[in-house]
Amino acid sequence: MELATKSKITWCPGCPNSAILVAYRKAVTELITEGKFKLEELVSSAGIGCHGKITDYVNTNTFEALHGRVISSATGIKLGNPKLEVVVFTGDGDSFSEGFSHLGHAAKRNVGITVFLHNNQTFALTTGQATFLSPTGFKGPSTPGGDTDEPISPLLIMLALGATFVARTYALDIEGTKRIMKDAMNHKGFAFVEIIQPCITFFDTRDHYKDTIEWLPKDFPRTDLVAAIAKVREVSEKTPVGIFYQTQKPTFEELV
Amino acid sequence: MTTEKKSQIIRTIGIGGAAGDGVREAGLHLAEIFNRLGYQSYLSFSYPSLIRGGHNFSRLSISAEKVFGDYSELDVLVAVNSETVKLHLNELKEDALVFVEQSYLNEVKDLGAKIIAFPMTDLAKEINARVVARTTVGLGALAYVAGLSAEKTQETILSVFQDIGGEMNAKLAEKGFQLAKEANISKWAEGLTEIARNEKMEIIDSNKAIAKGFLTAGAEFYIAYPMTPSTSILHFLAKEDLNPKNKIKTIQAEDEISAINMALGVAYSGKRTAVGTATGGFALMQEAFSFAGVSETPVAIAVSQRQGPATGVPTNTSQADLQFVLHSGHGEFPRVVIAPGDAEESYEASANALHLAWKYQIPTIVLVDKQLSESSQSSILDNAKIVPSESKAWNHAGEYNRYQFTEDGVSPLATPGTENANVKLTSYEHDEYGIATDDTDMVKKMNDKRFLKGEMLKKEFSLYDTVKVYGDESSDTVILFWGSPKGAILEAAKHLKKPVKLVQILWMAPFDTDRVSKELVEATKIISIEGNHDSQLSALLREKTGIIPDHHINRYDSKPFDPMELAKEINEILS
Repeated sequence: MELATKSKITWCPGCPNSAILVAYRKAVTELITEGKFKLEELVSSAGIGCHGKITDYVNTNTFEALHGRVISSATGIKLGNPKLEVVVFTGDGDSFSEGFSHLGHAAKRNVGITVFLHNNQTFALTTGQATFLSPTGFKGPSTPGGDTDEPISPLLIMLALGATFVARTYALDIEGTKRIMKDAMNHKGFAFVEIIQPCITFFDTRDHYKDTIEWLPKDFPRTDLVAAIAKVREVSEKTPVGIFYQTQKPTFEELV
Repeated sequence: MTTEKKSQIIRTIGIGGAAGDGVREAGLHLAEIFNRLGYQSYLSFSYPSLIRGGHNFSRLSISAEKVFGDYSELDVLVAVNSETVKLHLNELKEDALVFVEQSYLNEVKDLGAKIIAFPMTDLAKEINARVVARTTVGLGALAYVAGLSAEKTQETILSVFQDIGGEMNAKLAEKGFQLAKEANISKWAEGLTEIARNEKMEIIDSNKAIAKGFLTAGAEFYIAYPMTPSTSILHFLAKEDLNPKNKIKTIQAEDEISAINMALGVAYSGKRTAVGTATGGFALMQEAFSFAGVSETPVAIAVSQRQGPATGVPTNTSQADLQFVLHSGHGEFPRVVIAPGDAEESYEASANALHLAWKYQIPTIVLVDKQLSESSQSSILDNAKIVPSESKAWNHAGEYNRYQFTEDGVSPLATPGTENANVKLTSYEHDEYGIATDDTDMVKKMNDKRFLKGEMLKKEFSLYDTVKVYGDESSDTVILFWGSPKGAILEAAKHLKKPVKLVQILWMAPFDTDRVSKELVEATKIISIEGNHDSQLSALLREKTGIIPDHHINRYDSKPFDPMELAKEINEILS
């Protein structure tokens, strides 16, 4: 199965986006082999930002949406044909700054789409401004004195809004990311995966995450919402990754 | 008016009260009563932007012949409060009758009108009817004045109110009829008699007609966010959605931006989709409109104008957004903008807009306004002028290219789920396969491809009513107009000093330059009439044909034109 296109990859050399791309191609190849869906039933959609270039690099059906609006379009794609496997790639600028309301509504509606958040905590394609998910004090060209906002976990927001699958992974752990991607795509309903993606040019956090990433224990109670919320709010030197929460609810496309 | 032929007599009835008094429903019921008797109506409804209180007013002009617009001057006013009488006192004809709720008699009896009080509220309470039903007492009295028999009144009321308390309303109407008779009120000199009609007409507003047009053209989704005056399309289709026999799904999105981006996703999946909004909401859709253009994704959009700028006067009408809508979306790409002037044209326009969207893979717009969206008219929705179309299918040979270059600019359309086809849709400029590009040759070629579709569209003008002509076609004086003023203008034309030629433009984009020029080139005097300040159609006319109208009549106080006032203004120009 050839999932690469003829398109030249224009991410910075060494960008973890390439690791996400590799993990995705592996996940898709395995899911197709396992009979989860056929290649023609898969739609890879994306918003605008560095992450969005991925639609040029995967040889599947693709929908390259407007900045901030990919969640709305993906909702439409799923409504139009519920048999399709609809994957959304989005960025922290794309879906937490520009298109926050759409993300919130899709989670609350339990639309049957899988959302991969490339969280690099900056607007990289426009040269490194602060986003909704940047840490306090973030210095970029538009906030030379440091960003003033308090940070918030995207997972906490998703849990509060009723997402039925909430997970986190680290881009440079390709095997781990592939596994989480497969679990997310196997989930029926709205699946949200935060992929921690260091921006090697504007906000390089590789050193920090190298030693702090920690997989959730195998016995983590992933059907317990209270435990999930407590875990994502926990103040720790470690960064937990894995599936925090999973439940089953009727989907939007089934209900409307 | 009594000197005119009986068929030309136009009667106007006003029904007024506070919001929540059922004034709109009473108007619709009255129009339906006249419809069953074979008469034609034009019913307008005005109200402020609030839920309870405030003045609501239904105005209905009826005639044995087609009525294109409602008149300000009233023959009968039914008022369930005193405010209605005070507000409409100067609209009463000399011999007009005012039926007022008994409890307000003291407040209005010295105003100088022919006022007859009815205990409408008490009569409704006596039979345990809801208070909103009290207007039916007024309708019964009106039936007496109009010269209907007691039996015909009962029969018609029973059938019109069949589903919402026929017996109860029949009782209230009977009381009104009897009280009017006992009070010995003078009847109209020319009474109404039932007219036999071959064709059944329906009382319908443009919003409902647009919704029906979308359904006729195979819409499977309607996605919107509520905004006056477009909201009733959403309401109507949401009800249709409940019926399992219909394939339409109605989605209320979180905002207008989401509505149209969702619609583009649905269209990508292969389902015909329409969107509706007011011009303020359409302002929010601009980027996605442009996205539809570059990604060649079919979507039909109903846009209803209300008085702006910004929140403006939310429940009043306007024609101030023609140029905005024509230039919608950043970047250049072809689009269709059709501006109907009544409910029948709205039906054709929305059906054709959805068909054209899929034939050419472009965004299309039906542009109406509050006056059309919420005024009901006796209409016959006709499929004869709807041009069905299919999208160009892929032949499954070789590699699928979503943006393949073709002779007519239209690429074969495949949807996700098609074997051996990667359907790559993008908001970036792209190559034939759908990969983003900044190659200047490709950028130009893709622009040319899209504009070619616009040129192909122009070759289809003869299939559509891009322009309509009324009145005396040989007259060298032309009245030029578009959209909802059509009604008032065609009525005004009945009262002009000399015959004139009336030219209505329906297709704003693409513009039928040859046909429009042909209709105007021999005119020695052109009068443009528009519900805006800047004569926006005149600007378009000058841009496309070089023709400049000689006179402009503009109304931009947020209210629609009145036929008699308009006739006076036109006559001043004609003399």
